[in-house]
Amino acid sequence: MTENTSPSPAARRRLFPFILRLEPRLEEPPRWYPAAVSFGAIFIALVLGGILIAFAGGDPFRSYAHIAKASFGNLGVISDTIVKATPILLTTLACSIAFRMKLWNIGAEGQFIMGAFGASAVVLTPLLPAETSPWIFIPVMMLAGLLMGALWGFIPGFLKARFNVNEIISTLMMNYIAISWVNFFIFAIWTEGGFQMSPKFPQNAWLPRLLDYGKSIPVFRGLTTHLGILIGILAAAILWLVIYRSRWGYEIRLIGDNPRAAQYAGVNITRNTVLVMMLSGALAGLGGMSEVTGMVHRLQTSPLAAGYGFTGIIVAWLAKLNPFVAILVSILFGALLLAGREIQPSGVPKMIQGVILVCLIASDFFMRYRVRVVHAGEEA
Amino acid sequence: MDTLEPKTANPSVTDKTTLFVGMNGIVKRFPGVLANDHVDFELRHGEIHALLGENGAGKSTLMNVLAGLYRPESGAITVKGKVVNFASPRDAIKTGIGMIHQHFMLVPSQTVTENILLGLDAPRFRLQLNKYNRIVAELSERFGLKVEPKAKIWQLSVGEQQRVEILKMLYRGADILIMDEPTAVLAPQEIEDLFKTLRAMVAEGKSIIFISHKLHEVMSIADRVTVLRKGRVTAAGLDARQTTLQELARQMVGRDVIFHLDKKPREAGAIVLEVKEVRAENDKGLQALNGLSLDVRAGEIVGLAGVAGNGQRELAQVITGLRKCSDGCVVLNGEVICNRPALAGIQRGVAHVPEDRTHVGTAPNLSVTDNVIMKQYRRPPIARRGLLNMQVATKFANELKESYDIIAPNVETPVRLLSGGNLQRVILAREISGQPALMVAVQPTRGLDVGAIEGVHRLLLAQREAGAAILLISEELEELFSLSDRVYVIYEGRIMGEVQVGAAGSTPEMVDTVGLMMTGTPLEQIRKGEAQRND
Repeated sequence: MTENTSPSPAARRRLFPFILRLEPRLEEPPRWYPAAVSFGAIFIALVLGGILIAFAGGDPFRSYAHIAKASFGNLGVISDTIVKATPILLTTLACSIAFRMKLWNIGAEGQFIMGAFGASAVVLTPLLPAETSPWIFIPVMMLAGLLMGALWGFIPGFLKARFNVNEIISTLMMNYIAISWVNFFIFAIWTEGGFQMSPKFPQNAWLPRLLDYGKSIPVFRGLTTHLGILIGILAAAILWLVIYRSRWGYEIRLIGDNPRAAQYAGVNITRNTVLVMMLSGALAGLGGMSEVTGMVHRLQTSPLAAGYGFTGIIVAWLAKLNPFVAILVSILFGALLLAGREIQPSGVPKMIQGVILVCLIASDFFMRYRVRVVHAGEEA
Repeated sequence: MDTLEPKTANPSVTDKTTLFVGMNGIVKRFPGVLANDHVDFELRHGEIHALLGENGAGKSTLMNVLAGLYRPESGAITVKGKVVNFASPRDAIKTGIGMIHQHFMLVPSQTVTENILLGLDAPRFRLQLNKYNRIVAELSERFGLKVEPKAKIWQLSVGEQQRVEILKMLYRGADILIMDEPTAVLAPQEIEDLFKTLRAMVAEGKSIIFISHKLHEVMSIADRVTVLRKGRVTAAGLDARQTTLQELARQMVGRDVIFHLDKKPREAGAIVLEVKEVRAENDKGLQALNGLSLDVRAGEIVGLAGVAGNGQRELAQVITGLRKCSDGCVVLNGEVICNRPALAGIQRGVAHVPEDRTHVGTAPNLSVTDNVIMKQYRRPPIARRGLLNMQVATKFANELKESYDIIAPNVETPVRLLSGGNLQRVILAREISGQPALMVAVQPTRGLDVGAIEGVHRLLLAQREAGAAILLISEELEELFSLSDRVYVIYEGRIMGEVQVGAAGSTPEMVDTVGLMMTGTPLEQIRKGEAQRND
């Protein structure tokens, strides 16, 4: 493979004295290498994004400074960034575990919404009276969110395992069912005065926020960061343990890398397909629960179905399916979502997000190939 | 293609002795393999010339060179008296050479006629399907290739699809047809039809090169036979009527000096594995095992000889629980283990060295550690309740790396970076470390260098010493004879017979007998023949 494809070697020499040769990497790159490549990719993306901003008539340096300030500039915006990152983190974890087994769960969005629905049902049905202690309320709502998400993952998982139904299509379609399902409830049953939303939950059913402690700790005043981020980090740690340190996780990694080898090792692929889809759905459902009880405080499709499930797909890839890296990347994405709106509601910030993504994904190339500069003369 | 009518062979060339294709001193190298080592080959006009050899003998490589897919490192090719130098299959088809590959290259959603026209310059814009349907129908009539021009490819059987491939080549004016193992995918009745077609084509003045490793097919269809073995010609252009199955078998499998291994005499123990009248289908749904029975005792190596594709792979899969059998049963130490999950066998001490190291035997992107615990992770000390004790696992992997000479930077290295020999050592280390009651080793030395082969042989013999029952499935007769205590011969999913190998190793008669059985002659028949000769 050479970059230069001109037909005559002589002409090639005159045009360009060096040839770039791409060679597949045969040995593992050093430990620092993947991180260096990713940072390089982000740097290049920022340069390209800067050009983009300049074209749009802005000053790239000031714009970047503004983005940085708007997402990490003070305690208040850092808190907002974390609030944005929380649902992304949980859907990312959901996608990571499914993708690890090469199950393409595109349905984290729907599982997220069903999780929110499950948690809401506890308050709205009501399964528990409004004056129940939060110590009972929150665990029950978590359980309901996990169960509804797991159910929404079980259906495509079972179809895949039993009838070999393509999970990409089925999970994608399940997203629409989930949204319509919730819409039915908030339009008809749990509607608040005909508006497309449920009544607000009682305070007992809210995830605790930092501002709740504002009275005793003044620094926390006005910070909306809620317990969800801790749930997410805990989930990431448990997921890491499951993937890398448990028998089940070993089976998942084995199936993901080579299903025939897994079969040969006596692993039950059918059962694992269903279980992993359920775990994936449960994690997304937990994300929905955290969002509805920590942030929205009522069942309403417009702020809930904001595409967190789809963002999770991208973040899972960028984090290379590693749960701990997922925490960092989710926060970065939270910042982009938040600060982006500061410059322009849509448009340029979305484009920069896109450029970063493309650069990061393209940089994977340098993980698999090394580029060698060869003097044209020495090439036989 | 400027003419609408398909081209036919030059009518002036009809003599059966006219040289059509000559290949001289063809050398083709792949990384680490010399696939063709100065191979000469010639094809005469109007003949069916069989190219015979085991898997990996270099038959397909040689024909890919002739069809313009590969360029040889050295050597010359002449076609119809002219020196040619093909840069692509397009060049080859222009001189009349067409190759029909094992895997068909057809568009399933299009019709027969559309597939035949695909990639040609005419018709240019308007398809004029009616007209071309007629032309295809005439062509198929002429060569007895029954197929409906308007049928869609996906509606056709494998045999019919093959006919479309042949028609494609005939339509492009090919008069030299290369068929790469055309019978491998066909049912017996379809094979008969194919042979009729081949004879019809030869009668029309075409020449055919028939690649195969099935001797009886070669004997029934070919005029002449060229045998390849390990990239070299061992018999060039033998007249099929004047040669015998034995002769061809010998040329194909060779009879090199059998190197001697230090195999101590050992009394075999109790029966460990019993395969009783097993029947099973292969991936294509054809019968691969036809009531096969054999047994293996503790402390003996039992070889299974046979030409590839006679059911060896399926047998190994049935024993290890990776394939269902439709009839019969497999018994391990008195317990039925067939038609149960693979785990049932693994837990009862069945070890399996699979034929396909990279696609079945290992998970390429996982580390050496992850790969060696594949059969152990369910048991303590590596399993600790639901968790894995990675310290124990790493220690275990390091011990295996040390004692089996696995060359890798460390045990965290993904196994895809290991060489073939090292990969095989990873698999053997894993399978042996479980102290198996039964080991099924399929082609354990294929593709390895001499040193690695010796290492694998020693490990197998050590297992025999340790009292394991070993079923060794191999195509290398030398290997089978130097390791085995007994050798079974498989042919078309049945056992043809069994040969006891003494402590002294094999005799030429033994090799001849096995060679004959490999080509489909049952042992009783060979014995009967000998008895008659002695009378």
